[in-house]
Amino acid sequence: VKRIVLLGALVILATVPLWVGGTYYVNITSQILFYAIFALGVNVLAGYAGLVSLGHAGLFGIAAYAGAKIMNDGYGHVVVIAGALALTLLAAAVFAVLALRGTGLGFVMITVALGQIVWGVAYRWISITNGDNGIAIRGRPSPLGLSLTSPASFYWATLIVFLLAVTSMAVFVASPFGASVRGTRDQPRRMNALGYHVWMIRFLAFLFSGFWSGVAGLLYLYYNQFVSPQTVALTASAEALLMVIAGGTATLLGPIAGAALVVIVKNVASAYIERWNFVLGAIFVGIVVFMPEGLVPGTVRRWRRAMAALRPRATAAG
Amino acid sequence: MNLWVVLAVNSITLGGLLFLLSAGFSLIFGLMKIPNLTHGSFFMLGAYLATSLIAHGLDFWTAAIVGGLMVAAFGGLVERLILRRLVNAELAQVLVTLGLSFMIADVCLMVWTGDPIRIATPSALRGATSVMGLGFPTYRLAISLIAVVFAVVLWALLDRTRLGAMIRAGVDDPAMARVVGIRVSRLFTIVFCLGAWLAGFAGVIGGPILSVYPGLDQEMLPLALVVVILGGSGSLLGSLVGSFVVGFLYNFGQAMFPELAYVVLFLPMLVVLVVRPQGLFGRQVA
Repeated sequence: VKRIVLLGALVILATVPLWVGGTYYVNITSQILFYAIFALGVNVLAGYAGLVSLGHAGLFGIAAYAGAKIMNDGYGHVVVIAGALALTLLAAAVFAVLALRGTGLGFVMITVALGQIVWGVAYRWISITNGDNGIAIRGRPSPLGLSLTSPASFYWATLIVFLLAVTSMAVFVASPFGASVRGTRDQPRRMNALGYHVWMIRFLAFLFSGFWSGVAGLLYLYYNQFVSPQTVALTASAEALLMVIAGGTATLLGPIAGAALVVIVKNVASAYIERWNFVLGAIFVGIVVFMPEGLVPGTVRRWRRAMAALRPRATAAG
Repeated sequence: MNLWVVLAVNSITLGGLLFLLSAGFSLIFGLMKIPNLTHGSFFMLGAYLATSLIAHGLDFWTAAIVGGLMVAAFGGLVERLILRRLVNAELAQVLVTLGLSFMIADVCLMVWTGDPIRIATPSALRGATSVMGLGFPTYRLAISLIAVVFAVVLWALLDRTRLGAMIRAGVDDPAMARVVGIRVSRLFTIVFCLGAWLAGFAGVIGGPILSVYPGLDQEMLPLALVVVILGGSGSLLGSLVGSFVVGFLYNFGQAMFPELAYVVLFLPMLVVLVVRPQGLFGRQVA
């Protein structure tokens, strides 16, 4: 049954541009996909490793900025992608070394500070980043001669990357490494006593998380063909975290659902009201107060409870 | 006047403001283990409220105190109604305070529009005072003085009074403090309101120098974070030293490496983290 559902979901996802109608909606779906990749990356740390990062927009932005810079220096897309991802990994390594000096709240505060450094550089170091005006790039890559300029083809390319990301996450969760990451979240001392190198496990989880954040950042760059300090602001990190929390931490489906929710609310809300930030803040507060475990597990729990409430009545009737 | 002296005076002024802001943050963080990401918003909210109060005819100092009180009342509500439910849930606290800061920022943008508002310097403190043959802007000297006075008052409060002893007991061992009959829960509210008041007050007296504008909250919050990371959480002395270090780094960094001011600001924080993760004056936490 699971396979059929999975296959069905795949077919639906693959054919989105054919039935959804209108490039606007295709573009929104593309956005959902690359934000879902970002959220999946953040989830590795926030969900599985129990380390809440508020600096991931920094990594996302570093990939986008690096990609834009390298491309505007006249290099081809292979160099752009490889270079941007290598830089992001390097930055993730530096972030990890610093942020892993603390856990819990210390980790949160350090990642906030690191994210703000990236923002400060993007905003102030005008000779490199062009400051508030941002950097524009000239085009999307065309792998194997296929142009990605049309919304549908870009969607399919994003979908392929997205599927790769989901697969890597599934493999990661099921792998011994994934289990050890969860172990460092739940019982760091016991893991240490068992001979696991807790710091190294967290460090590798950070790199893995940073890698997918970078991939998402590159897709963002190719999608918008533009990057500005807005991309790396604290709000962006918070949005990514909201996607994870809203959907449900440490689940595979949660961040994807969360990304869909945030992107849709953002687009719908901004069409009707200016006060997107207020809505975002209100959603934060609402979710924490009413559904602390996230929408996907929360809905499952309510559903189960509703079913459980129905069942005895059914037996009584029968 | 010599550029370096101007920079030094500005640094001390900013340090004073940061002390008022981060002392509250540090107390809240140290006592309640709550990373209050709305603290920057309290700062901005205080300043905005004061602009309206002044527009309604209040004088500067009354506006500063009343503005601070309004922020404190708001902080108390947040603590009682929301944060109280989220004890020991760090992630939830981070999200709620961050969410609130977005909401506050948006409401401020709606009420006071996007244009920067400058709070007029109180007339008694305009102009310059000459000290040792050099003229200093009086208002900046006043801010430094206020910061020093508050540092002493807070120190006396924490170190010399019964309330202070209870707060310290709550920081060290909340469970034991409860056992000996200290109402830690009420202490939390008091400390949260005090911290919010300090932040709001700092926002108002910072108004004549910094002005109030959207984004001020997100600019002050990282500075307060750096101060607390540098100085160590829960330590008043740490906040004081950290504030002045950050004040100097920020001003001199901006003057000397304008494009890299932020990096200059965060580098010492990183060094401290690597060498002494609990902060310069923080205690080792188990």
